Amino acid sequence: MTVEELEQIAESVRLENAKYDHEIHVCMDLACASQGADKLRDELVKAAEAAGKNVLVRRTGCMGPCSSGPLVRVDPEETLYAHVKAKHAEAIVASLGSLPVPELQCDLSSHFDKQVRVVLENAGHIDPEKIDEYIACEGYKALMTALIEMTPAGVIHRITESRLRGRGGGGYPTGLKWSTVAKASGDQKYIVCNGDEGDPGAFMDRSVMEGDPHRVIEGMAIAAYGVGANKGFIYVRAEYPVAVARLTMAIREARRRGLLGSNIGGTTFNFDVEIRLGAGAFVCGEETALLASIEGRRGTPKPRPPYPAVSGLWGKPTLINNVETYANIAPIIRNGGKWFADMGSERSKGTKVFALTGKITNTGLVEVPMGIKLREIIEEIGGGVPDGHTFKAVQTGGPSGGCIPAEMLDVGVSYDALMAMGSIMGSGGMIVMDDTSCMVNVARFFIEFCMTESCGKCIPCRAGTAQMYTLLSKICDGTASMDDLELLEDLCSTVKEASLCGLGQTAPNPVLSTLKYFRNEYIEHIAHKRCPAGVCTMKPQEVLA
Amino acid sequence: MSDAVEVKTLIIDGEEVSALRGQTILEVARENGIDIPTLCHLDGLSDVGACRMCLVEIKGSNKLLPACVATVFEGMEVTTKSERLQKHRRTILEMLFAERNHICSVCVSNGNCELQSLGQEQGLTHIRLPYRNPELPVDASHERYTVDHNRCILCTRCVRACAEIEGAHVWDVMGRGINSIVITDLHEEWGSSTCTKCGKCVQVCPTGALYDKSKIGVDHPKNPDFLPYLNLMREAQ
Repeated sequence: MTVEELEQIAESVRLENAKYDHEIHVCMDLACASQGADKLRDELVKAAEAAGKNVLVRRTGCMGPCSSGPLVRVDPEETLYAHVKAKHAEAIVASLGSLPVPELQCDLSSHFDKQVRVVLENAGHIDPEKIDEYIACEGYKALMTALIEMTPAGVIHRITESRLRGRGGGGYPTGLKWSTVAKASGDQKYIVCNGDEGDPGAFMDRSVMEGDPHRVIEGMAIAAYGVGANKGFIYVRAEYPVAVARLTMAIREARRRGLLGSNIGGTTFNFDVEIRLGAGAFVCGEETALLASIEGRRGTPKPRPPYPAVSGLWGKPTLINNVETYANIAPIIRNGGKWFADMGSERSKGTKVFALTGKITNTGLVEVPMGIKLREIIEEIGGGVPDGHTFKAVQTGGPSGGCIPAEMLDVGVSYDALMAMGSIMGSGGMIVMDDTSCMVNVARFFIEFCMTESCGKCIPCRAGTAQMYTLLSKICDGTASMDDLELLEDLCSTVKEASLCGLGQTAPNPVLSTLKYFRNEYIEHIAHKRCPAGVCTMKPQEVLA
Repeated sequence: MSDAVEVKTLIIDGEEVSALRGQTILEVARENGIDIPTLCHLDGLSDVGACRMCLVEIKGSNKLLPACVATVFEGMEVTTKSERLQKHRRTILEMLFAERNHICSVCVSNGNCELQSLGQEQGLTHIRLPYRNPELPVDASHERYTVDHNRCILCTRCVRACAEIEGAHVWDVMGRGINSIVITDLHEEWGSSTCTKCGKCVQVCPTGALYDKSKIGVDHPKNPDFLPYLNLMREAQ
């Protein structure tokens, strides 16, 4: 594969697309597919044939506002239809070339206006199962540019210049990580993509892998060239069968096109990718546990240092990044580091994909520039809290994150700002809660999650989370005393400071942040035996003689 | 360039000590008579950094590091005893005592138990945490030894001794989190497992979880000291 050949493929796709008067894009991501997008697509194809119209019906990845699904977009008019059912197919086809179908049309401009799409630039535009469509959207151009025009050091320099930080949650500077692996000694190095997305309510990485799988592969190949690796692994949860199927297909297509394998782009660079399936352990998202799992061992974390950059898979230097991090690489190589560094806030650059869920009007996937206010995400993009309820808190970062109250909503989203508020960026889950949520119960939910997902290796996490769960349950059913609250805070500090890996070290965050911002709810449960939100059922009090 | 120098000097608890490159803080501390409490560490086995008893403070870092796996560097300042560390160690011990059914008075290891000794050393007089009182099995199917899961602290010394020293890898851990237990083979009875009956796991067990059926009470000290010697002899061969 050469640059010219890539251009030819892109050109042929463009010519092919130009044959059609209209393109109908049907979102086939999980939320839309579960509401009958498959059937809808078939009906659209049938209707177009019956009407004799020159229409291309294309399946795409996630378009974003999942709660409005199934979504259909008609190009070139860019008309967006929401809640489309198979029965509407004929009406949509009939409307082509004239006015849109009014009852299906939806105005989500407030949802889209403040978004900036880098990672999701192709999502909702291309068919994820066709490599040529990706190539037509400048796909693999960045890889070719890197291989032919840049040195490995130049690639790393560009990533460093972009000031991209790891999107898995920790926010470690990506360029620094790459250069560490590049400098590590050893003739065998590995590239690993962490697709073990396990936070409750998070589905950013799934959507990227399902909607634009080649982007991840291209990012990994560029990384491999940068650090001098020739073998990559994508670790995906087995609970994501569609992502696995799309990635498998993408890898096969890329090999067929000579974009993976030996002598890529006619250079001496060799790189191939293998998929490894996770069996559903949340802790395997922790990098050392993930590497152990890839090696075929029990997925438990190891103390760091040594970091994987020095001693990773089978003791070899290993670069491990998250799906979204790799998805950012190709655009950075294409557009330059400065382009990326111009977006975002002071110390957090670029954009971040968030999965908006919970008590919010527009649930779904959004991509926003770093530094945007939480209020803008929730009230404008998310459309606010529905059904006349009032906003109470937003939980970011999954079980490792914290709950941010209404009075902190004007803070700009960045790694450091979220950390300062007692939460974390995390991989991008954002769960909105309204006045019907009891914060003690929410904390208990997350601690229960951490308790069941703890690997059991170190004591603070294994026994500490179980003890915290017991204490929180006591608070929830009204049998706790103020001493229990003190004990809970004490446990939080030990679990946070003494645990071996990130799972344990961050497990107390939901408790600590709710204690910080909603302490009165804890006190109400303990002192007055009542749940302000009316969620918890109190045990009947024992009658004292 | 400092990394190329073989000998490092560092400060542990205000005392200047020297160490070889690659040595762990724990090794250096013990060489110099500074005690750091440990449970999962055992001389002669690989380290896993799981029990978190040996956490120490390093000047300039807010993170606590496990002394058993953290290696020394030039100019390092280590604190092994502080109010913060003491608090965590006691809480971790409390978690262990409350996790399973540790009843010293009826335990074969009473008086010879590392968990018990650590509790005494750390001045643990009572447990604030609610006891979990789990119902756990006792496997006495082996002709010579018994495993009582009620007394297991999941230090995984038996797992490592069996895999690394005996080379049999009969022991491993099953389950996750609070439900983890050590198992023989693929959770078969110990008596019908591929156990070689060498007894190393019993000797390295810090509590009364693994014990010899032929011995009772104070008659049951464990002797894990054979490990470094065994390793030394093997290396010499």
